Amino acid sequence: MSSAQRDKVVVQATALGQTFRIGRGLLRAPALLQAVHDVSFSISAGKTLAVVGESGCGKSTLARMVALAQAPSAGDLTLQGVQVHGASGTALAAARRSVQMVFQNPYGSLNPRQRIGQILEAPLQINTRIATQERRALVAQMLARVGLRAETVDRYPHMFSGGQRQRIAIARALMLSPALVVADEPVSALDVSIQAQILNLLQDLQEALGLAYLFISHDLGVVRHIADEVLVMYLGNTMEQGDKNLIFEAPLHPYTRALLASTPALGRPVGSRQTLLLQGEIPSPLAPPAGCVFASRCPQATSRCQQERPQLAPLHGRLIACHEAAKLAASP
Amino acid sequence: MQVAPPMHPSAPLLEITDLQVDFPSDMGVLHAVDGLSLQLHAGEVLGIVGESGSGKSVAMMALMGLLSFPAQMRAARMHFAGQDLLQASAAQRRAIAGKDMAMIFQDPMSSLNPSFTVAYQLCETLRLHRGMDARAARAQAATLLAQVGIADTASRLDAYPHQLSGGMCQRVMIAMAIACQPQLLIADEPTTALDVTVQAQILELLAQLQRAQGMAMVLISHDMGVVSQVAQRVAVMYAGQVVEVQAASTLFDTPRHPYTLALLQAMPQRSRGAARLATIPGMVPGISDRPSGCLFAPRCAYVQTACSAPAPVHRAGASQVRCHFPLNAPGGPT
Repeated sequence: MSSAQRDKVVVQATALGQTFRIGRGLLRAPALLQAVHDVSFSISAGKTLAVVGESGCGKSTLARMVALAQAPSAGDLTLQGVQVHGASGTALAAARRSVQMVFQNPYGSLNPRQRIGQILEAPLQINTRIATQERRALVAQMLARVGLRAETVDRYPHMFSGGQRQRIAIARALMLSPALVVADEPVSALDVSIQAQILNLLQDLQEALGLAYLFISHDLGVVRHIADEVLVMYLGNTMEQGDKNLIFEAPLHPYTRALLASTPALGRPVGSRQTLLLQGEIPSPLAPPAGCVFASRCPQATSRCQQERPQLAPLHGRLIACHEAAKLAASP
Repeated sequence: MQVAPPMHPSAPLLEITDLQVDFPSDMGVLHAVDGLSLQLHAGEVLGIVGESGSGKSVAMMALMGLLSFPAQMRAARMHFAGQDLLQASAAQRRAIAGKDMAMIFQDPMSSLNPSFTVAYQLCETLRLHRGMDARAARAQAATLLAQVGIADTASRLDAYPHQLSGGMCQRVMIAMAIACQPQLLIADEPTTALDVTVQAQILELLAQLQRAQGMAMVLISHDMGVVSQVAQRVAVMYAGQVVEVQAASTLFDTPRHPYTLALLQAMPQRSRGAARLATIPGMVPGISDRPSGCLFAPRCAYVQTACSAPAPVHRAGASQVRCHFPLNAPGGPT
């Protein structure tokens, strides 16, 4: 592909937000849960943005919004140059075809009563007018592309291992030739050796087809391997965002540093961590702290952090939301 | 080369020889554990790593006496703290399990009974195994919760499991496991269901309790990183067999079994800069395609004709490797 194609922005998210209303019975007003707050990014063709964070940080909600499975309650999303909010029916349908999703659990995301052939043909049947013969040919091509045998079409999902099922799920996502694939923890349920195969496959497909990936993961080892850019989330907010090498080699946000220090590394016994362990657990998103959302667990928190929420601002080549960032940058 | 395993003049705390666990099925017999032998001394931490289906959990369930029908277990020898577990009656086994030998499971949310309070579940262990009355048991339960790092013990005692977070539930499970000061703690993937920052806290807690109480520990995990943080010695399992045992300090730099090496190379953490990860071709053998020779031979990068015979076990001190041609050895491939 030409360099012009490669630099093409596939998806652009501006100040994306999602607020859920949680009913508390007839007599009380519903509580508001801000799952995602003010997240912005763009991904070009052939590039991977990885979103990392712990459970409940809003990364899957973000994935659902970008995959158009859920309308955002705030912000704008532009897919392939089409502004999704307020788009006409046909433009929206085209946008929907250009983004596909791969899920975490390959055992739960394939219909056990359908043959693999049916599963892979369904996206074409629904979205295109391609004739039956041609659909079958496209399915066969796609199976070869993801490293599965042609006779796979007549089998059922239970006949395959977890790694093979994830290949089938990836094949299904690619049937409509999307520009963007949203992968929500695609390798978390797999063993290390199988995980390596699937990561390699994702990279091969990205290079061959110029796909953009939004890659959701909690595993920093995997993210470091596959990402171009990283977005670190905590309690629905962006903590730090920027180039992968910058974030991993010179993390500035105390949360990013804590995440990296918590990741088990080979040959680093317990007790030899350079950084303090984080105390406590992620607070309830129904009662987020008034100031910085990370202040309650942050070893560097000051009284200002308790009261005032820091804004995302550029510093040393990345975006960071931390009052103490400049001070931390001076003392690595 | 070897990490000094503390001197052991006495007999090992745990000794298992040639443990076999089979699951008969319509398609044939599944050998979940196939000839596992291991020794563990008091105060020692052994890590067991392997992929899903390698038999690591089943072996420890067999030791705890938790396997149920249709599993079939047999062993040449299974001794724990001077007692022969193979000869022990069901009542004797029950008196040991949960008291001298305790286990923590992967999913803390489903290991606790949702219908009872934390206090009830903790006190049950104390009353059953240590014969405490209700008042003493409750006081001891509060002490235990404090010991595993739970603040505000009075209100947590009366909480139900759904009112606690995952990390908190795992702390309660650990409190329950150490309630009777066991000589051996088996932790089966204790942090797999937890977030990485909470995982770090729980690992730190386990290591600290193990040191303070001087208990032996078996840590089962699929994550080499987790095991390398806590264990002194690591056993690698593949398809029901222990393929390698080595000190944690040397295993990751000089693996001797080709499977260990392949697993390490497949880890993204170790791939720094490489465009593609190393993979292991093929799949773990199932019921129908179990090789008659070395079990790893069909997937091994160093396979030779001799590998069609069962692999011999080479032992040296506390290390062992089950391979015809071990790596990092004089005369062998490196």
